[in-house]
Amino acid sequence: MRSVGLALRWVFGNWTVALGLLLMAGVILMALSAPLVFPRSPTAMVGPPLQWPGARPGLPLGTDAIGRDILAGIFHGARISLMVGFASVSVALVFGILVGALAGYYGGLVDNILMRTTELFQTIPQFMLAIVVIAVLGPSINNIIVSLAVVSWPPVARLVRGEFMVQRQKAYVQGCIVLGMRDPQIIFLQILPNAMSGVVVMSTIMIATAILMESALSFLGFGDPNVLTWGTMIGLGRNTMRDAWYIMAIPGFALLLTALALNLVGDGLNDLLNPRLRSQRGTR
Amino acid sequence: MTTRPLRPPLYRRVPLGFLLRRLVYGALAVLMIAVINFFLLQLAPGDAAEALAGQAGTADPEYLARLRAQFGLDQPLWRQFLAFLMRLLTLDLGFSYRLNESVAVLIFARLPATLLLMVTSVGVALVFGIVLGVTAARFANRMPDRLISIFALLLYATPPFWIGLMMILVFSVWLGWTPTSGMENVLAFNTGWDRVVDIAHHLILPATAQAGFYLAIYVRLVRAGMLETLSLDFIRVARAKGISETRIAYRHALRNAVLPLVTVVGTNIGGFLGGAVLTETVFSWPGVGRLMFDAMFARDLNLLLSILVLSSVFVVLTNIVVDIVYVIINPTVELK
Repeated sequence: MRSVGLALRWVFGNWTVALGLLLMAGVILMALSAPLVFPRSPTAMVGPPLQWPGARPGLPLGTDAIGRDILAGIFHGARISLMVGFASVSVALVFGILVGALAGYYGGLVDNILMRTTELFQTIPQFMLAIVVIAVLGPSINNIIVSLAVVSWPPVARLVRGEFMVQRQKAYVQGCIVLGMRDPQIIFLQILPNAMSGVVVMSTIMIATAILMESALSFLGFGDPNVLTWGTMIGLGRNTMRDAWYIMAIPGFALLLTALALNLVGDGLNDLLNPRLRSQRGTR
Repeated sequence: MTTRPLRPPLYRRVPLGFLLRRLVYGALAVLMIAVINFFLLQLAPGDAAEALAGQAGTADPEYLARLRAQFGLDQPLWRQFLAFLMRLLTLDLGFSYRLNESVAVLIFARLPATLLLMVTSVGVALVFGIVLGVTAARFANRMPDRLISIFALLLYATPPFWIGLMMILVFSVWLGWTPTSGMENVLAFNTGWDRVVDIAHHLILPATAQAGFYLAIYVRLVRAGMLETLSLDFIRVARAKGISETRIAYRHALRNAVLPLVTVVGTNIGGFLGGAVLTETVFSWPGVGRLMFDAMFARDLNLLLSILVLSSVFVVLTNIVVDIVYVIINPTVELK
């Protein structure tokens, strides 16, 4: 009961969190309803090209340079953005947690090998590595997810490793060992739940970063050529910047709101899960 | 009893053994990255010969074979790998057949543009990040803090390349204050001071766009670090001594609050060689990131690999510098 009350207070006592959740609900709703509201493909031509928003009934956000409905593109783009964000971060979390947990729990040689490998991944600039991975695998949605996961897992591994090194010294872990529990049991059932709060906070911010990186890759032309994403729309709109700047402005705004929502929720989660920091907020 | 100096000189606090070990580790890491990427890029579809033939508009197999023989692409993989390793060990970056120029010359021709963009944008972001972060922390949960935090949050959530595009729209297309792209007006044949002014004029938008991207992170880091430091006892002592709030913030607290910032700035500088590819693309800035991007599309793998290796060297070196800066800023940090 107490935790429910705390969660409710968390949402309503904090307008930033409420705003974040509201925005996020909006984006998720757009993503889910896209095939119902706009059953036609977002790449289909629906009207004359370069119609300004509001200029024509039925096309509230206008059309792009070849007459595609921008609102349909925004709805379907939300699907892609969220899907890529969630999927790539999930893969990165599984991998990062696994590596970090093993390194932190066993220490010694295992730790050394795993952490050196992690550092290796961090020695190539993130965005560069993502581009190279896509160049090797070829541009498709699945490969973008893989490439984003490849560049996002190292910070997770480092965070989880740090947590595990602290938890490993605690009495309850010694107790588990004495009780004769197996290592996987201790790692995943006993320690991991205690090490998750940092990961939860990190993951919302990671989703935002992944969505922004996906848009950047699409913008540069490394995206899936068969899919219209927000980043692709910005890249195409750039060519008609002088006559029809709204084409490039609208998807950027959608990206901004999505990333903002995730960051607001992440900040709220941080306050909720790390009360130590919350108490410092008011100090001067 | 001997009196120890309060702070031993820097060379004592950065042991030679530490530097040597870090350099050896770094060299090994760079070698590993080079080797892994060599094989990774072999898996990529297409090669330079195909890309070149595609540009020339032919698919004549004889022409392709001749190109491959010329580039050494007809050799077995292990021979290519050995040649690559030999070049790496002799610090020879090789030759780009596509651009008919040695890779080293190509990269170094692009380096000044990238360095200029890096120094300006990181510098601007640092100054504003520190001032805004410190101000936010001093007025925590009051109006200045609210405004700065919202600004930082919005900046953090905005796609950086989109900010650049919108800035071009507003400042170049609508207002006509700045040029839309490039680094200088080459047709004007400016020399001396005129050229400096011209380049600075071209630099304003890209540097601001890139700085905005860093600024969002710096403000939040400085604010968090300052909040933590300002609650410590030594700050209370400083207040009791009657030192002005501004002096306390910038002279006493900041030094203790910026260590996380140093790490992030190091990462940003280390990643800059290829990391500015977005800004360089948006503003047609003739830097290394742009070169990498073009090399990627043209399958100029040798050039691409060289930029990757160089950029990892850059990361390794900045990481070492970051550790030394730690020691300079905070004398209690010990390097082992």
